[in-house]
Amino acid sequence: MIVEIGHFALVLALAVALVQAVLPAWGAQTRDVRLMQVAEPAAFAQLGLIALAFAALTYAFVTSDFSVQNVWANSHSDKPLIYRISGVWGNHEGSMVLWVLILALFGAAVAFYGTNLPDSLRANVLAVQAGISVAFLAFIVFASNAFTRIPLQPEGRGLNPMLQDPALAFHPPFLYAGYVGLSVAFAFAVAALIEGRTDAAWARWVRPWTLAAWVCLTLGIAMGSWWAYYELGWGGWWFWDPVENASFMPWLAATALLHSALVMEKREALKVWTILLAILAFSLSLIGTFLVRSGVLTSVHAFAVDPRRGIFILAILVILIGGALALYAWRAPRLKQGQLFAPISREGALVLNNVLLTVACATIFIGTLYPLALESLTGEKISVGPPYFNATFGPLMVPLLLALPLGPFLAWKRGDLLGAMQRLMVVAAVALMALLASLALYWRGPWLAPFGIAMGAWVVAGAVAEWAARIKLLAVPAADSLRRARGLPRSAYGTLLAHTGLGISVIGIVATTAWQSETVLALKPGGRGEVAGYTFLFHGVTAGQGPNYTEQIGHLTATRAGAPVAELTPSKRLFDTPRQTTTEAGIHAAWGGDLYVVLGDALPDGAFVVRAYFHPLVRLIWLGTVVMALGGALSLLDRRLRVGAPRRSARRQAVAAPTPAE
Amino acid sequence: MTRRQRRATFIGLGVGILSVAVLLVLFALRDSVVGFHLPKDIVTKEVPEGRRIRLGGLVAAGSVKREGLTVEFGITDTAATIPARYTGVLPDLFREGQGVVTEGKLDTNGRFIADTVLAKHDENYMPPEVARALKEQGMWQHTGPKEGSPSPRATPTSSPAPRALGEGRGEGQPHAPTSVPAAAPRPNPLPASGESGFGSPPQ
Repeated sequence: MIVEIGHFALVLALAVALVQAVLPAWGAQTRDVRLMQVAEPAAFAQLGLIALAFAALTYAFVTSDFSVQNVWANSHSDKPLIYRISGVWGNHEGSMVLWVLILALFGAAVAFYGTNLPDSLRANVLAVQAGISVAFLAFIVFASNAFTRIPLQPEGRGLNPMLQDPALAFHPPFLYAGYVGLSVAFAFAVAALIEGRTDAAWARWVRPWTLAAWVCLTLGIAMGSWWAYYELGWGGWWFWDPVENASFMPWLAATALLHSALVMEKREALKVWTILLAILAFSLSLIGTFLVRSGVLTSVHAFAVDPRRGIFILAILVILIGGALALYAWRAPRLKQGQLFAPISREGALVLNNVLLTVACATIFIGTLYPLALESLTGEKISVGPPYFNATFGPLMVPLLLALPLGPFLAWKRGDLLGAMQRLMVVAAVALMALLASLALYWRGPWLAPFGIAMGAWVVAGAVAEWAARIKLLAVPAADSLRRARGLPRSAYGTLLAHTGLGISVIGIVATTAWQSETVLALKPGGRGEVAGYTFLFHGVTAGQGPNYTEQIGHLTATRAGAPVAELTPSKRLFDTPRQTTTEAGIHAAWGGDLYVVLGDALPDGAFVVRAYFHPLVRLIWLGTVVMALGGALSLLDRRLRVGAPRRSARRQAVAAPTPAE
Repeated sequence: MTRRQRRATFIGLGVGILSVAVLLVLFALRDSVVGFHLPKDIVTKEVPEGRRIRLGGLVAAGSVKREGLTVEFGITDTAATIPARYTGVLPDLFREGQGVVTEGKLDTNGRFIADTVLAKHDENYMPPEVARALKEQGMWQHTGPKEGSPSPRATPTSSPAPRALGEGRGEGQPHAPTSVPAAAPRPNPLPASGESGFGSPPQ
């Protein structure tokens, strides 16, 4: 019964979304305030209905109702409660319900916080949001029903064991919040095109939403990478897998959007470009959803096997992206051009940032989709792996990182490059020291690596130097600096943290990639191995029993120069349902680097294959991303950015609204 | 600087970066794209030795020989069998009769030196390329719900009862003509390459 209520609520939500997509937009065209006012209650109603549907589905999972096809296919009564809940979005249908729930959440948030938006803009934004909602609700209701009943089954088939993991339980919600959060920027962009008008206030409204989405996306990607690192057991943290790329492309676009919206807000420039980026960022989110959900990644062939879903999502893509881009092509030329600025200026630096980020995003796009295109056109099967991405993405990031500290030192409108460079002398010295230090420590490694470390240090030190310059550190008495530091807006600290975090991640990435060491051995109990100066002693393997799996646990003691470092217990788990094996790495985590051991097969002579890695500074990768996300969150708390802040300009807009601004 | 010069500067910057990127992409695509082949292609098409390829098929029955960390095995599509050699940790589910995709190079003796063995963490995993290629050759054996594993070895993962309901709906997208849940790629909403769930990384 509860499941049917959930299903019914979802169908109702579709109807509400249809109303919300049509009436307010119509009202905005005909200047009918009553029609425009339909948007807010509709957005709240949609959220309520979809939340009800989601709750019903969760209830079915928690109570293990195996008369629901989705629950039967993806759950098992032995599973711990948390994985019964995360099982809701651990499958295709359920994850789409989560997708629309987050979409409705953002829509309702816009309705709630957007009271100061001009009426017509708000109506249009909410209508576009509802349009997206209609597309995906229709997809769920007609092609991907999560509430289908089947004859009651005695037991479920279980959730893929690899998904039974805390990091992965929360990874999809964050990722989706990031994907879907970009829909707000998209809706604002489309609404601006419909109205034929954008200005600094528009950028100020869009930025917090983009920032919120960006923070979620950053955390979501970091969680996925962290999970891949410790759960897959191959010692890697990023594989340039299409699924990873699908989440990374919107992140790059959103990062570019954050920076270009800044230019638009401060200088009323780059308007047309910012609108395009807002459309592209969400389009990439949609493409990401399509890639992961339609099955084309597994093989283009699979796509044809269940064409209903794939074609449905493809149609959504074509209508939403194609529609938005067509609208852009039609209306963008009418938008008033922004102000011009000198190439050497803060704006110029941000343009460079944007060009590099979007081009890098484009190379990833090509590498991800080229194999799919080739296979569907010629049938030839190829794979584009990490070498491609390293060879294209890497070189494009070098100028970006080199230019990053310079940007904030350039003035708006017309900057002084030489002056900025002079002010960065200390930063350059720090980078040079990092270069020499890493050369001294790892003189045998790849020669490029120390330069990579220096680049990370350059970014971190540059971010700190910018902050120091703003509070006039050492130039004025310390108490003065402290007062200035307190007076700095939160967004300044946000920038500091975000840029610092990026630098930290770069250092971690370079160090791990260049200097990781690895050894594979066949060890009998009592055998020893060595990796990166650590010696490990293999004691043997014991059997263990978990709630829904049995495991083989290897026991090792790691020592360094005779002193014990850690006890490591890598294991292999065999789950009962579905019958699958997972590898649990034994990890000794430390800031200097992780000792990472994986237990392999048993050999006929009683030995076990043991694979051991040392990943220097690998923690910095995730530390950096968390710092980046913190920076974003801090910016979000900035008074000036607060969604309700631009009250004055909003009123001005509202007055100006009836007259077209052209 | 005049308006026009400024604009030209930005356009120049954009075009410059874009052309560098295009060059990078073209070079990288030429060098790092890896084609997928079946054993019969190697016999008939003369895949050049020394070029990185992916070779997929079934691990030939009775062919696996271990010597310490090195494993020698045959990869077969039944039309041809190619001897392969790999050193390192094999995926959990590597065994005879199981579908496998390996990546590496042919040596001068026509032996395939794999540095990566990919296999899903799933008992019935059949690489989609292999499944399709086998089907194209008429090698596909329809064995009811167990189509995922053309080898006679059936695994008791799912009870027969739900078969009728399966219909490819519950899971992600079946790569094979039907919806063998276990054989289908994992339905995960995910992220990380976990999605592809492949086994050993390069040595």
